[in-house]
Amino acid sequence: MTTEELKNINANKIVDARGTACPGPLLAAKKAIGDIESGEIMEILSADEGTKHDIPKWCEKMEHEFLGVVEEDSYSRIFLKKA
Amino acid sequence: MNEEIEKQIQELQKKVNKLEKGTKDQLSMVVFSGELDKILAAMIIATGATAMDMKVKLFFTFWATASLRAPEKNVSGKNFMSKMFGIMLPKGSKKLKLSKMNMAGMGTAMMKGIMKKNKVASLEEMFVLAGELGVEINICEMSMNLMGFKKEEMIDYPHMNICGVATFLNDASESKVQLFI
Repeated sequence: MTTEELKNINANKIVDARGTACPGPLLAAKKAIGDIESGEIMEILSADEGTKHDIPKWCEKMEHEFLGVVEEDSYSRIFLKKA
Repeated sequence: MNEEIEKQIQELQKKVNKLEKGTKDQLSMVVFSGELDKILAAMIIATGATAMDMKVKLFFTFWATASLRAPEKNVSGKNFMSKMFGIMLPKGSKKLKLSKMNMAGMGTAMMKGIMKKNKVASLEEMFVLAGELGVEINICEMSMNLMGFKKEEMIDYPHMNICGVATFLNDASESKVQLFI
């Protein structure tokens, strides 16, 4: 997905993990994914540089579809679709 | 001929069963070191692994066991050597030092400050989190005996057991990932 497409997505759930460092955002994502249905979209907000590299790996393991990252000034918005 | 094939199938079945048993989505880790940075790394990997849906079993042995002591708990009836060990070893995770750049405690204090600034969880918070996430902590009985620690002086952790090396080896042999820290 392109950045423009990602910016227009309305996520079914937004997880704000900007107050935590590794492995906080990952644990927040894991916790929140239970709240949405298969095929729905989750957005993770993280100020931790590692998260945008970790979430794709996590998706690979958990078989979710990683959609991409939108960079903001001091944090990243990471999008994925639940398997 | 048929018998021969059947025998081969049976043997293959046995091997498959063994392989399946050998590849649980599980992480086994020996936590040996007693320093703040090393135990923190162990706990970050352990909690991270739960996010990956892995079962996690930690085997705390030697110097790492002191990190699980509860500062507020005191037990009586220790012999002289146990008392000495008790005094010399850190009483709980707050008393741990960095493995490098401790600089008489200054380095450790500085690191704790930087961790706070970077929103990295403290070791105390990591233990609570790990407990909530179902991380198992097994403590080596021999280490407890050597250092004169008793179960009553350890932190209240929901999944804690005292055990021996066979428990670790059994866990490790069926884990996909094994680490020593």
